[in-house]
Amino acid sequence: MSHALPRISTPSQSDTRPVVSVRGLVRNFGAVTVLDGLSLDLQPGSFTALLGRSGCGKSTLLRTLARLDPAPEGAVQLPDERAVVFQEPRLVPWMRVLRNVTLGLRHADAEARGLAALAEVGLSHRAHAWPLTLSGGEAQRAALARALVREPRLLLLDEPFAALDALTRLRMQALVETLWHAHAPAVLLVTHDVDEALLLADRAVMMANGRIAADIPIPLTRPRRHGDPGFIALRSRLLAELGVDEEHLAAREPQPVETRAAGANPAPGGFALPAGAAAAPSL
Amino acid sequence: MTAVTATRGTGRRSLPLPAGLRRCAVPLALLVLWQASVGLGWISTRSVPSPSQILSAFWELTVSGELAVHLLVSLARVSAGLAIGVSAGTVCALIAGLSRRGEDALDALLQMLRTLPHLALVPLFILWFGIGETPKIALVALGTAFPIYLNLFAGIRTVDAKVVEAVSTLGLTRWELIAQVILPGALPAFLTGLRYALGVAWLSLVVGEQINASSGIGYLAMTAREFLRTDVIIVALIVYAILGLLADLIVRVIERSTLVWRPAFIKE
Ligand SMILES: Nc1ncnc2c1ncn2[C@@H]1O[C@H](COP(=O)(O)OP(=O)(O)OP(=O)(O)O)[C@@H](O)[C@H]1O
Ligand SMILES: [Mg+2]
Repeated sequence: MSHALPRISTPSQSDTRPVVSVRGLVRNFGAVTVLDGLSLDLQPGSFTALLGRSGCGKSTLLRTLARLDPAPEGAVQLPDERAVVFQEPRLVPWMRVLRNVTLGLRHADAEARGLAALAEVGLSHRAHAWPLTLSGGEAQRAALARALVREPRLLLLDEPFAALDALTRLRMQALVETLWHAHAPAVLLVTHDVDEALLLADRAVMMANGRIAADIPIPLTRPRRHGDPGFIALRSRLLAELGVDEEHLAAREPQPVETRAAGANPAPGGFALPAGAAAAPSL
Repeated sequence: MTAVTATRGTGRRSLPLPAGLRRCAVPLALLVLWQASVGLGWISTRSVPSPSQILSAFWELTVSGELAVHLLVSLARVSAGLAIGVSAGTVCALIAGLSRRGEDALDALLQMLRTLPHLALVPLFILWFGIGETPKIALVALGTAFPIYLNLFAGIRTVDAKVVEAVSTLGLTRWELIAQVILPGALPAFLTGLRYALGVAWLSLVVGEQINASSGIGYLAMTAREFLRTDVIIVALIVYAILGLLADLIVRVIERSTLVWRPAFIKE
């Protein structure tokens, strides 16, 4: 695994052409307009967090970028090498883990690639297991390996850690960061967790009313810690952008983050805040 | 009719008896009780023969080769009928399950036909096909096609849509998606259908063989009635029962070998 140097984000990489370019994207469900002229560029190798209230259309945007939905109105430029990880692992239960990972690969050495990807996510020992015997975290790592093995230029993550317990989530966040450094895909991460966005991304985009309402660079050095002054300042800024009243939240701070039920929608505002977890995640 | 097979836990098995033997325990106990009742004179041997009488009738029929002949004829009918019925049901389910247009064309018609008790078609089949092998095989085929169709169709349509969606991002061709994901996903439902179909197949055979047959287990029973041989009738019934059990066993073995990925079957 090649470790790139910890990088400081440089949002103005104007010399490179964006790997994703969305212009004037419109998507309606019946009378409801979910995406309303949305525009967004993603630079190659950038890590972007997508935030917004529940139901604001984050998954809809992601599905459009994954080409899971019929072609919408507006111009969308995408790389061919795309991969998606959903909130659930979505492995095929009747294929062993390795087969799941290599599914659809056309390379002659698909199996070796699959094994390498599984090794990267720390799942070599489960390569020949049936998916239904994996733990939630293991299954999600297998899903990550399945995405990674395709060497995507665009990696789409739709709340991939939301159903995991707090400790596993920290491990997965660290893993995703490592993998991102090693493979440098452009990542678009949908999350409800402001701290997760601040730990991982070098840019946070907020969705509201079917558009990008705010685009905030996160120029923090890595590895990042919850307690750093820059972290705390940006956290306040993001929460303010999201319209979350921080003092109101502070009153509920003692509530630990893992009380969020797996798969359930978080607090009415749609955001969960870990209570002062100060340690940087480690594998 | 459900498309869901019950999964059986294998955790607290104390004796390593084969499943078939365990399932025979209660019938065996009843058999002992029966012999005792006849032996003690509680039941008249004229209406109900004792198990030992049945056994000797069984032995006679076996030694004379009569039983084997009838058994083979019956098995041939059931196999032919099943082969036709299962194929037809499978083809229809694939057409209707995998395409909207196929569903529009087939499903309403088949759902309508399935409400018809197929055994009621016996008079019509005799008129159409005469009294040879054809009506008997046709009866089995008709009876077995529907459980296969209904279960496989439901199975194809209920394959986890989220998994299919995820797989659709992996660059498989439509055919690969069907062959590797959708059909294996529908297999448990197909096997449930197959188990129903086997039950229906024997039932159809019993009815079919009692009309104008000159061979087969059903014919054996009908002629035994004319000679008041209750022991032979019961031999015929037992043969039907054993065949039914065997068929069930075969499906279980198929399930065990094809559904290894299910937690209930996983032995690691
Ligand atoms: N297939 C569909 N048909 C009709 N309405 C839909 C469909 N998919 C999504 N919607 C609606 O579009 C809106 C946006 O949904 P989307 O799943 O994109 O929200 P989200 O931002 O991902 O929310 P969450 O954070 O809760 O996951 C919602 O109001 C939803 O009800
Ligand atoms: Mg969503």
